Amino acid sequence: MTCQECGERPATLHFTKIINGEKTEIHICEKCAKEKGEAEPGTNHFSIHNLLSGLLNFETPIGDSPAQSFYKQQQTNCPKCGISYQQFTKIGRFGCSVCYKTFADKLDPILKKVHGGNTAHTGKVPTRAGAAIQIERKVQNLRSKMKEYIELEEFEKAAETRDIIRSLEQRTSWEGGE
Amino acid sequence: MSLQRFISEAVSPWMKDEGPDSDIVMSSRVRFARNLKNYVFPILSDREQNLEVIKEVRSEFNDVPDDHIGELELLEMEDLKPIEKRVLVEKHLISRNLIEQSKNGAVLLSENETVSIMVNEEDHFRIQCLVAGFELKKAFNLANSLDDWIESKVDYAFDERRGYLTSCPTNVGTGMRASVMLHLPALVLTQQLNHIIPAINQLGLVVRGSYGEGSEALGNIFQISNQITLGKTETDIIEDLQGVVMQVIEKERAARRALLDNSRIELEDRVYRSLGILENSRIIQSKEAAKCLSDVRLGIDLGLVKGLSKSILTELLILTQPGFLQQFAGASLTPTERDIKRATLIRERLELEYQLSKKSEGDEQ
Repeated sequence: MTCQECGERPATLHFTKIINGEKTEIHICEKCAKEKGEAEPGTNHFSIHNLLSGLLNFETPIGDSPAQSFYKQQQTNCPKCGISYQQFTKIGRFGCSVCYKTFADKLDPILKKVHGGNTAHTGKVPTRAGAAIQIERKVQNLRSKMKEYIELEEFEKAAETRDIIRSLEQRTSWEGGE
Repeated sequence: MSLQRFISEAVSPWMKDEGPDSDIVMSSRVRFARNLKNYVFPILSDREQNLEVIKEVRSEFNDVPDDHIGELELLEMEDLKPIEKRVLVEKHLISRNLIEQSKNGAVLLSENETVSIMVNEEDHFRIQCLVAGFELKKAFNLANSLDDWIESKVDYAFDERRGYLTSCPTNVGTGMRASVMLHLPALVLTQQLNHIIPAINQLGLVVRGSYGEGSEALGNIFQISNQITLGKTETDIIEDLQGVVMQVIEKERAARRALLDNSRIELEDRVYRSLGILENSRIIQSKEAAKCLSDVRLGIDLGLVKGLSKSILTELLILTQPGFLQQFAGASLTPTERDIKRATLIRERLELEYQLSKKSEGDEQ
């Protein structure tokens, strides 16, 4: 195959762009790719949402395959905003914060792809919303400690830990009730 | 303060500061994407809900968040003329998205234009801090304190496992995008950038043109930003970006030195030809103007061109964008009329600069 730009050198770079379902194939040589710039990897001109929905569509069948009707039957809609997973794959964006829970089981592979293998947040925690989370984390730690104590048959310490957990949990339920 | 002030001054006050490494780094920016817990995201919400958000902002966000930035002014997109909106985009204060796709979009702007908080864009809030030079930490600290300020007033959509919840899963987690705007003429001229960009991409960072996603690198200005927002702390993201940018700066400086050492006369020729075009042309397209401005700025940084201030590239690149040209003309212009206006504006701006520098020389003597 010869380069479609200069028609001289052999094409060594092959790109397939799919933008809004429209497929374009580009076959060019390295020299023309450099000159064109836009064909260079990493300088693609279409938006992140297009790219992303490309990634997402990968998981759902395209076209009228029998599998699609299967997916349709399975379709779940977000209880808060009503968006379906298929709508999400089309626009590449969620409709509300509850979507993250609704589509939780499909989320990990997507997040891994976009965020270099990461699926969990390790950064800033908001102070107000975070107060409950800090306590929750503490309770979780204490629970596993309590289990350890029970396994070691140190029941007195286990009981102490249980009381601390109770008082912490009470505090969060008060705050939640406000 | 009137909107007129924002617009009549093409150069945001912060741009006049010369930050660290200002020979290469034009600006540093940090933005946080944040959403309200109890509202659906702006892409799905209707006008009524968006108006409620704006109402909340109007009534709750009245105090001064930080002594250094002064008061914030709320501008609603509906109240602005198309040209005024375009000018705000060209100054990087709002996104194109806010104008084209948002229902009831608005922006909170600080007096010095360092802070802009977009409301009802893709997310409910986009907190942005822009500072001159290579100062990511400064921009981050400011954005962080504004984030705390907003969080004291509203309930954020936050999930323990996923972090700050955003409309697009590419922003979830920290919701933070940090970016640095770099002028890299020598790396482009020596064709080294083609090799550097793929390497940068492999580190979870992105290189783009100066107007963000999908834009061309006008005037050899590139933006490097983090792609990954989840699973890394804000500090790690900033430090990783800083490390890479530092290396790019070193490479650009080395390339500039090499050009001076090996092909000084060719470089001088290029710089002075471009200066000649800017001083004399009567019709100039934005692409050519950007190229010439980039050459001249390189000449200033290398000490080849005297009597022109460094900020001229930043200033004229913004001033010669279509929105600004039409703002100056006070009317909408055809592309040809724009090219004529652009050439006039550049000539006048350079003339003013020469007068000023002559005057200051006279004062010194």
